Amino acid sequence: MSENLRRYRVSTRRSAELVLLIGAWLIGVFAWILVDGATGAGALAGWTTLVSSGLLLLFAHTVVRTQAPYADPILLPVAALLNMLGLAMIHRLDVAGEQRALANGSPKPTPDVYAQITWMALGLIFFMITLTIIRDHRRLQRRTFIFGAAGIVLLFLPIIPGLGSEVNGARLWIKIGTLTFQPGELAKIALTIFFAGYLVSRRHTLALIKNRVGGLQIPRAKDAGPLILIWILALLVLVGERDLGTSLLIFGLFIVLLYVATGRRAWVAIATGLLVVGGVLAYTAFGHVRVRFSVWLDPFEDASGRGYQIVQSLYGLANGGVFGTGWGLGYPQLVPFAKTDFITSALGEELGLTGLIAIFILYAIIVERGARSAVATRDPFGNLLAIGLSTVIGLQAFIVIGGVTRLIPLTGLTTPFLSYGGSSLISNYILIAILIRISNAARAPEIDEEQSVQK
Amino acid sequence: MSELLLSIVRIGFLVALWWFVISVVGVLRRDLQAPRDAKPLTPARTPKPRPTLRARKSANKLVITEGTLVGIVIPLGTTPITIGRAADSTIVLDDDFVSTNHARLTPQGKTWVIEDLGSTNGTWIGRSRVTKPTVLSPRSTLRIGRTSMELSS
Repeated sequence: MSENLRRYRVSTRRSAELVLLIGAWLIGVFAWILVDGATGAGALAGWTTLVSSGLLLLFAHTVVRTQAPYADPILLPVAALLNMLGLAMIHRLDVAGEQRALANGSPKPTPDVYAQITWMALGLIFFMITLTIIRDHRRLQRRTFIFGAAGIVLLFLPIIPGLGSEVNGARLWIKIGTLTFQPGELAKIALTIFFAGYLVSRRHTLALIKNRVGGLQIPRAKDAGPLILIWILALLVLVGERDLGTSLLIFGLFIVLLYVATGRRAWVAIATGLLVVGGVLAYTAFGHVRVRFSVWLDPFEDASGRGYQIVQSLYGLANGGVFGTGWGLGYPQLVPFAKTDFITSALGEELGLTGLIAIFILYAIIVERGARSAVATRDPFGNLLAIGLSTVIGLQAFIVIGGVTRLIPLTGLTTPFLSYGGSSLISNYILIAILIRISNAARAPEIDEEQSVQK
Repeated sequence: MSELLLSIVRIGFLVALWWFVISVVGVLRRDLQAPRDAKPLTPARTPKPRPTLRARKSANKLVITEGTLVGIVIPLGTTPITIGRAADSTIVLDDDFVSTNHARLTPQGKTWVIEDLGSTNGTWIGRSRVTKPTVLSPRSTLRIGRTSMELSS
């Protein structure tokens, strides 16, 4: 039976990937030209940046072609487009910074876009290394607890006095010499591997039902241990690092994986209850959580003080309207931290709702491709891991964009692939590499190659 | 730059952005359909013409009429056959829309009874979903994932 089934010419769809990748790069170049045209910056002074980003993407594509020939053709181009849009916007904000410095007569600030392209290069190098080293994602399962320990250590590294450094009230960075790094970004990958590996071995126990209440099937109380532990972990992150975003991301990720592994809605109900309890605890105990909350409810109450950032962001989005002001023609530099947390509002101002929706769809596509690889993969660990990794991207995008657009209280997180920042870019490229590895396993025909695959 | 040129360029960029999104969705859609360029290397046998009224005796084979296994004929004996993605199924369908243990076909006298084993995407006879063990009549089309099959004698 399977003999017949497997004797097909297998379509790898690598050419589709190449075409989309070139398209993504061209859109980035287009954006860059528009920025330079509108702001009157030197005609394509950054062409070295553009050419090197193109070459890097091309190189990454050839690595996928040789290392993971059956991989999903969409993940890399979508990530690349987000990255290119981010580069163009950071360049645009650099130009705005230069112009302001010129007007004030202060010295020219160093542009951030060259740092960002270096981070992009490092991210793509880590992408290729990950793809080459991890030949089979199931090997990660054997190191479940090593990843768990690594994740927790990385998460709490910034708390260590002397090593951690505090920026804008959150203790998220570690500083070695002049190099700063945000270990929480890597921790989220390690923890996803840990959660997936752990839940795969425990999912049958966790799915056991004690009794039914209404339509809900209640699991046994003694199985709630892991959930409580992760909850405490998330609260510790909140207390120790004052980081609402990471704390929410980790707990949300665990809820999703617990549900996918066991299929029990009761766990989701219990976890949501814990989330509410945690939220109330944080609200009563910490001033900064209360501030975030009141700013979310009424940012205009203190529009020139605490609410300044979010109010500026909302004005920016309103200024952009449906079609945006066009690249280089808005005032996104008025929002504090426009290059990192608030890059969505900068893009929303210049590309409008139309552009922002396209960006949201790009994130949705990454999540969809991850979930699809999860459905198609044959091993339960790969299934959970793919769901977990795509959840991380989707949830992180939701938490930060929701915060910027005032859908939910603002929590500091980077926008995946768009924001300025090395740790985030590198971690997200590693994450995409693991997803591509899983999708390769899911889509590859199960055969010994020389027999029947024609490439 | 003139006002007109500015708005053309501005809208042009949004068009380019959406062109990318739409081509991604295009690749995605083609991915959901059965691979078009997947041709069996063994020439597909044309499915047998539908049995006439004369063929009243019990069906003794299952013909796959659509999907990657098109043209394959599975002889039916007296033992139940299972259909699914699991390697130990009688008919292994390598299809994301098929569950590991998807459906079972059991002989009952002269008829065959199809039973869904709790699949995600369902087992279909024509346009109706199989919810309880159902007798599969020789002329109806059984659909599982992207594969269609019929009983034949």
